[in-house]
Amino acid sequence: MKLTAKQRAILSGKKGKGAAKAMEILAALGRIHGAADLVAVGSVQVSGVSYGNIGEHGLAFLEDWAAMGSKAVVPATMNPGGSDRRLWKSLGFSAAFVKKQERVIRALEGLGIRPSLTCTPYHVGVTPKLGEHVAWAESSAVCFANSVLGARTNREGGPSAIAAALAGVTPRHTLHTDEGRLPTRIVEVKCRVPTAADAGALGYLVGRLAASDQKGGVPFITGVTPPGGPERLTWLKALGAGMAASGSVGLYHLDCVTPEAVAQGSRLAKAAGQRSVVKDLAEGYRTLDRGAGKIDVVAVGCPHASPEDLTRILRLLNWKKAKLPFWIFVAEEVRRQAETDGVAASLGRCGATLVADTCIVVSPLQSLGIRTVATDSAKAAFYLPSHHGAAVYFGPLEQNVEAALRGSWQSS
Amino acid sequence: MAELMKGRVIFRGQAAGKVLRSEAPLGLFGHLDPKTGVYREAGHPLDGKSVKGRVLVFPRAKGSTVGSYILYALRRAGKAPAAMILSECDTIVAVGAIIAEIPAVDGVDLSALRDGVAVTVDGQEVRFEAR
Repeated sequence: MKLTAKQRAILSGKKGKGAAKAMEILAALGRIHGAADLVAVGSVQVSGVSYGNIGEHGLAFLEDWAAMGSKAVVPATMNPGGSDRRLWKSLGFSAAFVKKQERVIRALEGLGIRPSLTCTPYHVGVTPKLGEHVAWAESSAVCFANSVLGARTNREGGPSAIAAALAGVTPRHTLHTDEGRLPTRIVEVKCRVPTAADAGALGYLVGRLAASDQKGGVPFITGVTPPGGPERLTWLKALGAGMAASGSVGLYHLDCVTPEAVAQGSRLAKAAGQRSVVKDLAEGYRTLDRGAGKIDVVAVGCPHASPEDLTRILRLLNWKKAKLPFWIFVAEEVRRQAETDGVAASLGRCGATLVADTCIVVSPLQSLGIRTVATDSAKAAFYLPSHHGAAVYFGPLEQNVEAALRGSWQSS
Repeated sequence: MAELMKGRVIFRGQAAGKVLRSEAPLGLFGHLDPKTGVYREAGHPLDGKSVKGRVLVFPRAKGSTVGSYILYALRRAGKAPAAMILSECDTIVAVGAIIAEIPAVDGVDLSALRDGVAVTVDGQEVRFEAR
């Protein structure tokens, strides 16, 4: 792989030890993946932020790296951590855990990464343009940036994303190249997919189908379109999150909808070597919706909810009061906006809580006493049983709101 | 007679040690105890063995992306392997090798690197005593 004179200078330590380590990681990963060179990135999104996930060793590594003194040279944001920085006490997080979590955040801030603590940087002002190279790590954000925005990023890990932030570049391979973005498989959908939860269930099925394809697979999906209006982005977001969880998909094309599919049309689909058909979503719901017994919390906002999602939830609650804890996960910046415009207070009167800086997947659920969760997120429904031993009820947002108001899950 | 193989450098460095060989992929997170350097996985060829100071020879890694940090923790605890030789190095091991500064090479034929054989690693070069 070719390094420029400037990149070689960074590698030899001219910009500090931290940046040299970053360049070393990028050069090695570039070699492994057969990258032609390192490409400049417009933004970085760093994962591996929750202390619950990275533990003591991850924390030690981040603190050591921060101590080397190098800082991000491009805008960089953080994925959710393990606790809500403002509401942790009332939500039941332990002080010991929060202390460790704060150390992780401080170390990352020391590396010049903004504590946005969200999986949806595109809701807090980081929206890459069509064709822009970025280095994002959160799997659902990667899928959104590549597919919906037409930006270009591989599925980075925590250290490789930090390295990209410190060096301002990332190895150019796979999803950064035209060839790597060609579809591997056409997925023909033969059923209606009206809600975002349905899109998540479809995504879950598509991710499983694509799992055996090269490099995680690039599905080209036909026969289905998202709803219009503000629900459109929520639907597309859920579709990508589902397939990024069950498979390793970092990019999907949706016929006539996503930018590269619109621009290249059926020419793009021709590259796909495999073909699958999804007749209905029943298998998805059977696997994801396996709750039993009393619900401990209704959790929506995975990926983090948009401001438009909040108004929609408020409308569905219709001034009635939730009988169950009802958590809506958002970015702190979105929560602050909701506090300013009154939506947060209105949701609060209906018994719903805006939870920020963390999410249902990366917070320490067992220590919060949470064993049974209701959600509209296929991604959460996929991870919670294996990561937290939780039982999950999975269904559309309407069904979740109804469960919160009624106090129990009503099968549809 | 000393034999020489050349692989692809993942992390450049010099190291020497005796081979600790696994035919099966290694799960770093959850199996390799960073405090003791002992690998624990029921039924795994390395179950109960320490990687400290050994030249760890294995086909590839498996499991969680947090695995990179386990290699880093081993280094901090003084229990890191002397070097790693793999068939196929992935992002997790590569990042782990670099941050933990463990010389690592991939893309070599592992069949000659039997358990206990003395090996030196120097950049892309792997030297060992043929039997």
